[in-house]
Amino acid sequence: MARSQALEVQEKKEQVSKEEKTVPARYFIPNTDIFETEDALTVVMEVPGVTKQAIDVSVENEVLRVEARIDPAKYEMFEPVYTEYNIGHFARSFTLSNKIDQQEISAQLGDGVLTLTLKKGKAAMPRQIAVN
Amino acid sequence: MAMLFPDPFDALLSFQQVLDTYRTSNWLGASPSASGTYPPLNVFRKGDDLVVIAEVPGIRKEDLQVQVKGNTIRIAGTKAVQYGDNTAVHRRERLAGNFDRAISVPVEIDADKVQAECRDGMLALFLPRAERDKPKSIPVG
Repeated sequence: MARSQALEVQEKKEQVSKEEKTVPARYFIPNTDIFETEDALTVVMEVPGVTKQAIDVSVENEVLRVEARIDPAKYEMFEPVYTEYNIGHFARSFTLSNKIDQQEISAQLGDGVLTLTLKKGKAAMPRQIAVN
Repeated sequence: MAMLFPDPFDALLSFQQVLDTYRTSNWLGASPSASGTYPPLNVFRKGDDLVVIAEVPGIRKEDLQVQVKGNTIRIAGTKAVQYGDNTAVHRRERLAGNFDRAISVPVEIDADKVQAECRDGMLALFLPRAERDKPKSIPVG
């Protein structure tokens, strides 16, 4: 896909939900790419500022929910002088199709990018049928 | 309404209010040598020194270039988003491309002591204030 050379800034979209959480905090929607290969579905999310321990990935009732929290303690001694982007936690959920094997999900975090690999269940793999 | 219960994220919420107020401010003008808006930066103050934090998810240290000259800081690099062949795209929200951004800060910084750290997709630049620019405390008699 050809894109113009200069990278544009994507403003963080805030999540608006009807229910409130018990701990007040702002949640933003991380930019996500979802790709499908023959044997797995790959979900790649941009979550800058999040460490491994602060990520929660769960699958319940065919809904994949990812929550990534930043550490506000890092900013305690800093006073904001000029700001261009919001800082907050990230959360996003996706409904999975029944093709996914919900036990086989692996996750990797590098440079603020979380990559989830969801393997497809055996039943969903393309099957070759031999022609006699 | 939000004030009724103790808020562990107080510092963060006040920060976000500052963000909403300063959003249209002209604090950092674009330098004539390079323009661009990526990566988005937040500038913080810690005592006399400045800290610039930029969000650079998916950008490796090798693809990032940081230069300092006088009071201008330049952050340049490339962001690559690549997936293998044989993939079917369901959703594509991440952007890729080159970026080159220069900002000038209104205080004098010590270019030799500037430190840059890139971790977890966040680039932090520590800009210590030049000795000669530090405000002098004047005792009140």
